[in-house]
Amino acid sequence: MTTLPSTLILDWKRIFKWGSICAAALLFVSLVGMPIKLDPKSIISPLLSLGYVSLFWLPLIFGYVASSRVVLEGVETSKPGLSDLLTGVLTGAIGGAGLTLLMLGIENFDIRDPLINWSPQLLEVLAFGARDLNSAVWIGIGGALGLVGAALNVIPESLRRGVSYGFFTVLAVAIFEPALDDMSEGFRLEWLVELIFQKRGGLKLWPAIILASLIGLISVVSKGKVKKAVAQYRKQEGSQKKQTSVVLFGIVAALGVVLPIFMGTYVNSLLANVGIFLLLALGLNIVVGLAGILDLGYVAFFAVGAYTTAVLTSEISPFFAPGLTWVLSLVFVVLLAALTGLIIGAPVIRMRGDYLAIVTLGFGEIIRLLFLSDFLKPYFGGAQGILGIPGIDLGFVYISGTDTRGIFYLVLFFCGLAVYVSWRLQASRLGRSWMAIREDEQVAEAMGINTVNSKLMAFVVGAVLASFAGAIMAARVGSVFPNSFMILISIVILVVVIVGGMGSIPGVFVGAFVLIGILGGPKQPGLLQEFGSLKLLVYGMLLVYMMLQRPEGLVPSARRTQELHQEEFLQDSWLKGTDDEDEEQPIEGEEAQI
Amino acid sequence: MSHLLEIKDLQVTFGGLDALSGLNFHVDEGEIVSVIGPNGAGKTTFFNTITGLVEPTGGDILFEGNSVLGLEPNEVTSLGIARTFQNVRLFPNMTILENVMVAQHCRTSQNVFGALFQTKAFKKEEEEIRQRGEEILSFFGSRLVGYRLDQAAFMLSYANRRRLEIARAMATQPRLMLLDEPVAGMNPSETAELTELIGRLRSEWGFTIVIIEHDMAVVKNVSDRVVVLDHGVPIASGSYEEVSTDPDVIEAYLGRPVESRS
Repeated sequence: MTTLPSTLILDWKRIFKWGSICAAALLFVSLVGMPIKLDPKSIISPLLSLGYVSLFWLPLIFGYVASSRVVLEGVETSKPGLSDLLTGVLTGAIGGAGLTLLMLGIENFDIRDPLINWSPQLLEVLAFGARDLNSAVWIGIGGALGLVGAALNVIPESLRRGVSYGFFTVLAVAIFEPALDDMSEGFRLEWLVELIFQKRGGLKLWPAIILASLIGLISVVSKGKVKKAVAQYRKQEGSQKKQTSVVLFGIVAALGVVLPIFMGTYVNSLLANVGIFLLLALGLNIVVGLAGILDLGYVAFFAVGAYTTAVLTSEISPFFAPGLTWVLSLVFVVLLAALTGLIIGAPVIRMRGDYLAIVTLGFGEIIRLLFLSDFLKPYFGGAQGILGIPGIDLGFVYISGTDTRGIFYLVLFFCGLAVYVSWRLQASRLGRSWMAIREDEQVAEAMGINTVNSKLMAFVVGAVLASFAGAIMAARVGSVFPNSFMILISIVILVVVIVGGMGSIPGVFVGAFVLIGILGGPKQPGLLQEFGSLKLLVYGMLLVYMMLQRPEGLVPSARRTQELHQEEFLQDSWLKGTDDEDEEQPIEGEEAQI
Repeated sequence: MSHLLEIKDLQVTFGGLDALSGLNFHVDEGEIVSVIGPNGAGKTTFFNTITGLVEPTGGDILFEGNSVLGLEPNEVTSLGIARTFQNVRLFPNMTILENVMVAQHCRTSQNVFGALFQTKAFKKEEEEIRQRGEEILSFFGSRLVGYRLDQAAFMLSYANRRRLEIARAMATQPRLMLLDEPVAGMNPSETAELTELIGRLRSEWGFTIVIIEHDMAVVKNVSDRVVVLDHGVPIASGSYEEVSTDPDVIEAYLGRPVESRS
């Protein structure tokens, strides 16, 4: 491949296109209120807050995108150079100009009525707290960020690697600050935390620089080693692979058991939240990921589990209060959840695709409304719910609702159970029938599979796992209310499964940690508490991005990757020579004459 | 003794269209019967009705003397009737082995508890399913075994997909196999090979077979009896030689000679 000498030719159309998209994105982010709401979260104190990161990353990314070019094999491409840098600068500057206009607009007009964030507060944030800042400064900032973005294309690969790793590490450390702070007490590392973090939050400047350069350096040095290790692990076969898997699993399990001892209330409660959603997501993964039944009313089983526990264990449940222990009530929880699964499943399961999704959506709401109704108020307390749910007495240990570490261990146990169930069922007669139904229901039936029974089993297994989560949640919070079981929970669990990777157990773990742990659940705060009401917006954007760019999820299962990329797999096998072609038709004399 | 499959006065109507009108048909144990006819004659509807995918409007279908009317498709399959589809319908994202394993569903019985507690019976059954699957696949030579076992079905070539579909039907352990155009789209050498395999399906595996086929060379080579359908009614039945010279059959395929028009 030869390279053409770089000349200063600018693709204005491209610059304007990406620049104006960038400006629109910046305006949107500002008017949604991200800079204001996220400003309190400091990344590098006092220089940079998450609010500014929410603005700065846009020109940078757009500068990068606008200046990156498609490299085709065998086609001449000019060396990245000055024109690329200039493209980045101009794109970023156009984007920044959007904010300049916004500042001028806020100064001169008042349209706060429809746009609540069209406020002096936003202006102050945009002006970096200075009163009489020339708004044109954003053009410069945009240009500079665009330049940085474009420079990422120009600098050598290893440098780019180092820079991005360093940057993301600083960001991650700052995001994990509350968790690190909490954990440091258990490990007696308070001095380290004090050393790198400001008292009021955020990294100190010098530690941030040192950290970034250290990680950047390590990433450059260790380049490709992680990939190699993963490839090596994938290549292993039979008993060897099994051995490695067991060792890996052992390490993860041991960490899961040992770490919470060193962690404080904050991290444990965060992990317990993640765990409850993880348990729900693992259950939904069986229903959606394995059997292909799009259940949008999954929260119903969560509610049934929680309410059953509440009625059976609470001494002050309105109608019937046997005051059972939690463990004993779990037996009834399982039975009732299975029964509900059958009752809801029986009519629903005969439907297909979209119809099924809508009907399950309805059932999910019906269950909540039943608990809320006046009709059932004497039994379930209506909107007042059921209070006074005691903690969990396991015989050898008592876990009260506020004992976050105990709750975490309990959740861990049930997640382990859910993983075991998914893993074993996947490789069984039932699991295979689920796969077949997902592929082609009519053919599955013609091949002798009782599709109604198989799908009902998926529904019931999913229902039981969700009810466990409900039972734990009831004991943890100490009360249940109908409004804890909004439709939003079903949606969030589904998003966890989709973003993580449908049908992939590690994927569901990653999805739950990223979404619930960092962003937070529907009502549960995550690491980034500042997101608050913006959480759903981020969920939505993440979902759209994933659907467009990586529909198989963050950590996809091999099967799903293959399903979504059939052409690539066929090409790969053609390149490797393991493809399957029909045998050539022999040309026989007789036929050739015809 | 009654026939293995006996169809009495079968009628299927779609709206105002009579897809099948008064079809009588029977197959005896160990026979290979071909069903031929021009496009739209009702051949595939005939298969769909037997396997329970289409509800007939009249008549009766007896398998081993018992009516199969009103049964779900999976119940028909577990009675011992397996089929392939005209437009190959595999489970494309399951591996080749899984395709054959899943088809043994109705012949196996392990449930959730077996899988969760990994009982001895469960492990034994899984092993049997796997072995039977591999045995069935090796019937087609080396094409579907070896490293291919764990390859997704969509990676297969067209002819191998057709073969896998037959393998999947075999895995349901049927007594009667319904093959819907098994050699469609295959080249002559593949066709010849599959024709021979169909013969071996009867001699080695003991299946009774009904084939829908347009390739007359195949029909001629494999069938004991040929039934010709046209507009949902059988117009001829007998050996290939008898049927191929039948004036009604020639008319159905080619139309009437001009001079006999009145």
